[in-house]
Amino acid sequence: MQFSNYDPQGFYDEMFEPDGKPRPHAGLLLETVERLSDGHLLRYKHAAERLLLQMGITFNVYGDSAGTERIFPFDLIPRIIAADEWDRIERGLKQRVHALNCFIDDIYHDQKILTSGVIPRDVILSAASYRKQCHGLNPPCRVWCHVTGTDLVRGGDGRYYVLEDNLRVPSGVSYVLENREVLKRIFPAVFEGLSVRPVAEYTSRLLETLESIAPLALANPRVVLLTPGIYNSAYFEHSFLAQQMGVQLVEGRDLVVEAGDVFMRTTKGMERVDVIYRRIDDDFLDPQAFRPDSLLGVPGLMSAYKNGRVALANAPGNGVADDKVIYAYVPEMIRYYEGEDPVLPNVPTYLCWREDDRKYVLEHLAQLVVKAANESGGYGMLVGPHSTGAEREEFARRIQAEPRNYIAQPTLALSRVPTIVDDHFEGRHVDLRPYVLCGKEIYVVPGGLTRVAMKKGSLVVNSSQGGGSKDTWVLSAGAGQRQEQRQ
Amino acid sequence: MTNAYRPRPLLSRVADAVYWMGRYIERAENVARFIDVNQNLMLDLPGEFGQQWQPIIDTTGDEAAFQERYGEANMANAVQFLAFDQTNPNSIYSCVTAARENARSVRETISSEMWEQINSLYLLIAMESRKHLDEGLPNFCREVRMACHLFQGIHHVTMSHNEAWHFVRLGTSLERADKTTRILDVKYFILLPSISDVGTPYDDIQWSAVLKSVSGFEMYRKCYGRLSPERVVEFLLLDGEFPRAVRYCIGVADNSLHAITGTRLGAFSCSTEQRLGLLRSELDYAQVEPILQSGLHEFFDGLQLRMNSIGDCIRGDFFAQKTAMGVGANTQGV
Repeated sequence: MQFSNYDPQGFYDEMFEPDGKPRPHAGLLLETVERLSDGHLLRYKHAAERLLLQMGITFNVYGDSAGTERIFPFDLIPRIIAADEWDRIERGLKQRVHALNCFIDDIYHDQKILTSGVIPRDVILSAASYRKQCHGLNPPCRVWCHVTGTDLVRGGDGRYYVLEDNLRVPSGVSYVLENREVLKRIFPAVFEGLSVRPVAEYTSRLLETLESIAPLALANPRVVLLTPGIYNSAYFEHSFLAQQMGVQLVEGRDLVVEAGDVFMRTTKGMERVDVIYRRIDDDFLDPQAFRPDSLLGVPGLMSAYKNGRVALANAPGNGVADDKVIYAYVPEMIRYYEGEDPVLPNVPTYLCWREDDRKYVLEHLAQLVVKAANESGGYGMLVGPHSTGAEREEFARRIQAEPRNYIAQPTLALSRVPTIVDDHFEGRHVDLRPYVLCGKEIYVVPGGLTRVAMKKGSLVVNSSQGGGSKDTWVLSAGAGQRQEQRQ
Repeated sequence: MTNAYRPRPLLSRVADAVYWMGRYIERAENVARFIDVNQNLMLDLPGEFGQQWQPIIDTTGDEAAFQERYGEANMANAVQFLAFDQTNPNSIYSCVTAARENARSVRETISSEMWEQINSLYLLIAMESRKHLDEGLPNFCREVRMACHLFQGIHHVTMSHNEAWHFVRLGTSLERADKTTRILDVKYFILLPSISDVGTPYDDIQWSAVLKSVSGFEMYRKCYGRLSPERVVEFLLLDGEFPRAVRYCIGVADNSLHAITGTRLGAFSCSTEQRLGLLRSELDYAQVEPILQSGLHEFFDGLQLRMNSIGDCIRGDFFAQKTAMGVGANTQGV
């Protein structure tokens, strides 16, 4: 397969300059792919799909009874990020996660940022993800977002923007690790001559982060991963991470709170648990503190947590900063807490509770992307240019009924990456979700999950909406230079 | 921070799931063996004697469900029911699906290789279930058997021989003991053309088919030489070295149980150990003649009841008491 007929069609392409020349960091990869004889790439593609199916790397689709388990489509052509570009992303993410931590801690304590008028108090108190139960809590090291999966997009201007922060229970990192493994097994030649930074360190870093927040100074704290169970869409990831870290994968019914401590039920009796990496939403964590009808959680867990008997990652309540209205204030937070300008800008955001913004949004629905403030995963969203009149009317009605719950952003011309479509390459829109760990220090895994909208022209990359993924390569600082010497 | 070794406690839910994973894989393998041995026997019976598929349905204990859905048994519907019927909880398809669901829920406890093997087996059966199996049947049975053997091997060499490993082995060996008695029962139910055929080539052929169905023909020959019903029963029931013999399986189950509890062999600290130990010693000191005199089929019935009650004790001693809810799908009988 050749790139000679490949057309960026006026979009920012991660591999090609606007004039059709390969970008300097992509040249070597493109050559390797073009050197393959006919049919090779498609054979690799099928081998990769078989491997994913055999490894059972699947996700569940809600509301689809026919095929509840699917493989997450994987495209063999990686997305490459040059070293200097990555430096900037990494700096921006560290700055942002640090500021978000300060913000959440402030909100659940003195609320200085509200008192000083940087963010309107109403915006916080009306956020569905604000948890008054968390007021006054002091999580270990004052860390609230231990694992963050920030969504970045690159616009037509070539700049990276932050689209969402995903502080609550971000998923997808297992695909980052497995995609790399699959690509290395199926198509090792593609790595030749390039110095791609490894990602495998992630699970060790995650374990270190989790052990570092143990409530007592224990030599070997007992860490467990709490999953909603095998029917959760991210169950594969939960079991994968538990396996890779060597920690127990538990369900709510395996845990019990007794005399203020959390225990798991084992064949030999009760065993104390110190740190819980929970992959269950706040609402379902503890029926005594949050939703009383939750069967997934552990009664009494929040009180054990409040009393410092067990650590939870991520900290309950941190979703307040995930609210899409509050997201719009993150640049202000960075200036307020860090005293710096944001390295990574937000996507310009219209807040429908502001009258002027609402008016503008309602008049320009066909051009904008409208999102519900508290939804994620591509649900509750209107992509204006791809919407029908009826859908726009429906959203106009919803916006007027609940203006606080809606925001709108310009429809971004997301950057594209060449992707295998049948027997040739076509550009497909991508985003990037890097993963940030925050314990005593902040660590960003080099790369992240590149999600691809596999449907032609689609801008929705979510796996639940037909998205796929690509391996994401961050090149080492030296890599670009070596390549230039070859030319 | 030091990395002191700590024995990893086993969640009751996980113990339950790996035990049933082991049982279901073994059950799937044995159903494939049932089908194979029966088809083999049919081929050797004279044509006028007709097809005998009802006996094999009877030995599974699911004859009522079969009767309701299929009526009279023939090869096509018996194979459909035993291999692919998803509404039959003991079909190969259902067993492998259940083993896979259990494996999925404990994927972090078992090795990735074990998971991948169960998953491959599942994909194989899901694919085969969409085809018409005619002449492909013996090959399909063989494939299922080999895939299950591969799983046993992978289990043995890729997973630490820890508590969870022993629960897999406990489930596997109890299931295998149960199914060997049922395979012997298949022979019991198959009627000879006439009573005078006992001891004739027909009988000989049938007994060798039974042995082959548990991969025991060659090993039997090495021990006893000529085929005789008494010796075949003795071999499959009371041999201490043949891995599918009932006594051998019960011994392995007992060893694993003691490895789990830490109680020394020959003593007991819970009702599972008491009952399993009792059964083990009875088989250790049993002789085949009295068993045959008092009726083989009755003996098997008694044995199956005792093994079921051991299964119940395991649930009470290790899974159920310490968890609020059992794994619903796993509480079905054997």
